[in-house]
Amino acid sequence: MPSCVHGSYEPHKDARNIANGTISTIYFEKAVNVHILPEELFRRCRRPRRSALELPMKNTGDGDMSNPSSGSGHLFTRRRFLHGSMAAVGGTLSAPYVVRRASAATTELTMLAWYGHAEPDIVAEFEEQHDVKVKPKYYSGGDNMLALIAQSPPGTYDLILSDAEYVQQLNAAGYVEELDPGDYPLDDYFPEFQDFPGHWKDGKLFSVMARFGFLGVAYNTEALTEEEARSYGVYWSPKLTGKLGHFDWHLPNLGQVSLYDGNRPPFDLDETAWDKLQETTLSMRPQVGGFFDYGGTFASLQNGQMLAFCGIGDWITGVLQKEGAAVRTVVPEEGGLQWTESFSIGKGAQHPDLARQFIQYITSPEGQVKSANMAAYPALIPSRKGWDLLNAETPEEAQRQGMVPGQQNVMDDIREGRIQFRALPVQQTLEDWNDFWSDYKSG
Amino acid sequence: MKKVTIFGLSLSLPLLVWQLLFFAFPLVFLVALSFWVVENYRMVPDFDSVNWTKMFSRGVFWDTYLRTLALAAGASVLVSILAFPCSYGIAFKLSANLRRLAIFLMVIPFFTSYLVRVYSWQIFLSDNGILNAAFGLVGAGPYTMLNTDFGTMTGYLTLCLPLVVLLQVFSLMFVDRTLIEAAHNLRCGRLRTVFLVIIPSARVGIVIAALFCFILTFGDFVSPLYLGGGKPPTLSIMITDTTKAGQQWPRAAVIAIVMIATLLAVAFSAIGYAYRKRA
Repeated sequence: MPSCVHGSYEPHKDARNIANGTISTIYFEKAVNVHILPEELFRRCRRPRRSALELPMKNTGDGDMSNPSSGSGHLFTRRRFLHGSMAAVGGTLSAPYVVRRASAATTELTMLAWYGHAEPDIVAEFEEQHDVKVKPKYYSGGDNMLALIAQSPPGTYDLILSDAEYVQQLNAAGYVEELDPGDYPLDDYFPEFQDFPGHWKDGKLFSVMARFGFLGVAYNTEALTEEEARSYGVYWSPKLTGKLGHFDWHLPNLGQVSLYDGNRPPFDLDETAWDKLQETTLSMRPQVGGFFDYGGTFASLQNGQMLAFCGIGDWITGVLQKEGAAVRTVVPEEGGLQWTESFSIGKGAQHPDLARQFIQYITSPEGQVKSANMAAYPALIPSRKGWDLLNAETPEEAQRQGMVPGQQNVMDDIREGRIQFRALPVQQTLEDWNDFWSDYKSG
Repeated sequence: MKKVTIFGLSLSLPLLVWQLLFFAFPLVFLVALSFWVVENYRMVPDFDSVNWTKMFSRGVFWDTYLRTLALAAGASVLVSILAFPCSYGIAFKLSANLRRLAIFLMVIPFFTSYLVRVYSWQIFLSDNGILNAAFGLVGAGPYTMLNTDFGTMTGYLTLCLPLVVLLQVFSLMFVDRTLIEAAHNLRCGRLRTVFLVIIPSARVGIVIAALFCFILTFGDFVSPLYLGGGKPPTLSIMITDTTKAGQQWPRAAVIAIVMIATLLAVAFSAIGYAYRKRA
């Protein structure tokens, strides 16, 4: 909790301090007693990803009673009060950390990734198998990722997880190694993903897709029907005046409005289409209740302050849904966007063999199942064998995410042409898009 | 008189070094940074005024600047007005013991992080929150309070009110009581005494308190984002947006320098006004 509420940028340090007791329980009691912070507040501290202010926090979501900081001296009532709040934060923060620190691995595999990809639920098994410790550096956006690489000496990162639209830039800048396609189980993938655009250049492979997801209309199921949410037009519904939230990043928001405008592909716009897109977007402005980072998005969907969100997908609503909130995402008639995350090996990596083994691990059926169920944010997986194992191991999650072979599933959405890849603007610069987004926010 | 002793130096040097190291040098660096350029997400040292012309030519920058200025100025006035009756009561109406208690109570909010307090407000202000539930009981509302300027202002008050009350209390406590008695003896009414005697006598403290409020709110990031919903954005939100979009730290530096310049100008004129010779 302290890392969250104090805006500290070193949550792991705080986690350590909680673990060894240097941040005392009294501290928490004070905070709790004076302000009576409900669970909801703490839940925000647990959210995992995506904003500059946002802090990477561990989010395993259970292990409440293992919290060393809740101590044995508490009254039952306080315990109950702390349960799910304090405990969830402190306990899950510290417990895995202690375990991980205890096993002093000799080798460190460095990974540059979105939050969640080097957490125990994903990497613990790999660390054990290879007697290695995965050391993450978490970033909060493609620009941020490129900057971190640019500012570090070559070889700083063994593994680089990137959103697909940035792979070309990684490659163009010479930040990543060429990969041998024979090393990876690409044949297990659905054909659509075997040669993903941008991952190959001149017949050479530079990045291997690990997971993906759809962005659509995220809505409160108590406020809107699925019927209504089946069109982006719902963003203009009187029901949503002041109740429509934006995830504060221009690309997915403008991409959705572009789909609503009927642009295919949504990011390749000529002058007329770009003007039209700006006009359509601006007409939505009176509906908007706020622009939110990850934490704000999470909280305002959960407490009903916002009844629908533009620019997000199951990677946020899935987490809330699993906690029982009445929110979900549907892909509307105008089509949805796909985000894609892929692994590359950094140029001059210190441990290229281990990095290769890690990509093999995460693209194997077992790794794919872990990826689909990732605690930080769930995702779809491109491996058919992964789907089979997922249906055997966690059938309810396979069902929830629509990854059941033989019935209407997410691959059908793609094959019916309802999904477009999220991409960088083709005819305008990123700066143009970003400038417009600033103007829109300010309007 | 001019003799420099080792003792004197050892006391004054750390402050000087501290200021140079953590204020002057970073400020110079910030200015230099604002002339750098960004190529392929990498900052390259340069001497190019492109960031300045770019930022100054954008309407959204000036809109945001004026809005931030208005919000901070509004908060300073509002907080000062709200705080004054409270400070007046504490300084003049309470017994010494009660006054100590009241001052202690004003210090307590600083025990808890501002971010926590702001997050707590969300629970009160949201559409399904505590306040609207209470309004619902008497058949009023619901009112939209979260993600509005009202929300932002609530956050600003949370940040500044206790501090402003404290500063005002300390200045009011040192108002010469004989002046007040003289005013009363000359048949000046209570309210008139407040405006003609007490406020002018405590002017320094009142202005400095308002200045602190302005400084804190002008650069605040938390309230406009978490209670104002980031719409419309303030300069501090604009700084984070700028760094996120294409790593434009040099342009963010331009915003930061404009903010620092504004704060310095406001601070100097406020202090000048506060210590102006009495007319």
